[in-house]
Amino acid sequence: MAPDGLLWRYLGTFRLTWGCSWFLLGIDLNIGVISVCALLAVILIMLRARQRLADDTLLGILAHSSLSLGLVALAFMETVRVDLMSYLFGDILAVTDQDLIWIFVGGAGIVTGLLLLWRPLLMVTIHEDVARADGVRVNLILIAFMLLMAAVIAIAMKIVGILLVTSLLIIPAATARTFARTPEQMAMFAAGIGCLAVAIGMSGSFAWDLPSGPSIVVGAVFLFVLTSIGSAVFLAMQRSAARR
Amino acid sequence: MFRLKKRATPAPDGLLLHGRQLTLRRGQRVLLRDVDVDLAEREVLTLVGPNGAGKSTLLRTLIGLEGYHQGLLLTRPGLRVGYVPQQFAVDRNLPLTVDRLLSLAGGRDSFARRQAVEDAGVGHLLRQAVQDLSGGELRRVLLARALSRKPHVLALDEPAAGLDHNSQTSLYSLIQHLRDRYGFGVLVISHDLHLVMAASDQVVCLGHGRVCCRGEPASVQEHPEYRALFGELGPATAVFPHAHSHAPVLTPVKPRSNVHNG
Repeated sequence: MAPDGLLWRYLGTFRLTWGCSWFLLGIDLNIGVISVCALLAVILIMLRARQRLADDTLLGILAHSSLSLGLVALAFMETVRVDLMSYLFGDILAVTDQDLIWIFVGGAGIVTGLLLLWRPLLMVTIHEDVARADGVRVNLILIAFMLLMAAVIAIAMKIVGILLVTSLLIIPAATARTFARTPEQMAMFAAGIGCLAVAIGMSGSFAWDLPSGPSIVVGAVFLFVLTSIGSAVFLAMQRSAARR
Repeated sequence: MFRLKKRATPAPDGLLLHGRQLTLRRGQRVLLRDVDVDLAEREVLTLVGPNGAGKSTLLRTLIGLEGYHQGLLLTRPGLRVGYVPQQFAVDRNLPLTVDRLLSLAGGRDSFARRQAVEDAGVGHLLRQAVQDLSGGELRRVLLARALSRKPHVLALDEPAAGLDHNSQTSLYSLIQHLRDRYGFGVLVISHDLHLVMAASDQVVCLGHGRVCCRGEPASVQEHPEYRALFGELGPATAVFPHAHSHAPVLTPVKPRSNVHNG
């Protein structure tokens, strides 16, 4: 898998659901979103099996075509009024108590699923053919993971919006990579960093009346930059200490 | 596209794998045509042939990673395979130590794992990141990983590619030694016949997806078809035995189509 494909597969899941559900975020968890995501996931796996195109390319095509199709469909439904901005960028402040219940229940379910899948999923992530030769049912694992992913995205959509979901899947995991020594650590750290990003984003949003979704992502980027600089400085200091 | 067959029936006595007239196409290309292969217990079977001859495809078909369109493939029930792929690049984003990689391999048999680590000589690498290993180290780690599964069949896809001459020699003698210790059958792909010949029981030479000759190492080397294939390529019949170590590393294209529906 290509780098961001890997991160997609890799721990976005944990962080978003578990991490953020601690933070009062809500979702209009609707079955339609989940089933469309699931359908796309299956299409993705089928296309992947034919392997004419790279994973990233497929993902890009599916993600953007489905987003655009959704917007076009909305335009046809004249009776339905939808706040597009909130779909694209999320509206964390519109979360209801019922959404919160969905988040907690959904989050717990997703984490359980992930724990069950963890070991074979890790094997598949490392090397598909070797996992298959070891007796892992690769396609089954991938489909199960994609379904979990679909659920995560459905939940996260309302919080940060469709356009920013990807960044929350990738950035905290990338940040965690600096510190993590095992895949499990990376998952835990990513979850913590995700929470922190939400806290930063929400405080910024509260203090300066910023749009909440983008603020959260900016918070995540801020942490990423901070740790990148921090680890670079740390390494440089280590090197100069070694020279002395 | 044809529906691909999956193996189901057990192989005859004493055989780990039993393939008859295996045929696999991809698009217009015939990757394998009417290939017969038997792998017995404790046997080292070497697949040789030029690039694109179908060696990797055959190996992958035999261990169930690829399907096949026609023919018959029987395996011993409950067959465990230790697969060492030719390419094994772990994404840098994944923090993974050698120890963790090995722990994912098989059962919870930590004794088997320790034994495998010792046999492959990778004890000093356990705490290293998989991404930081050299080519030779990685090959050994993957071998340890395969061994820890206590496989019935060890499948090695060009284990010597990219290694220098000394490492190749020691790798092959290690494989032979391990075969005696573990008692598995070995499927191995190679470009370099000099090295392989000493260590193999049976050599199958592929050209354009067909078996062009087969038999014990010495007899294959004398075979006119074999000479026709390799005479122009040189590595086996080179006047200077070490000439090949300066040749560019050959990397056959990994089969892209994943026809196995696991």
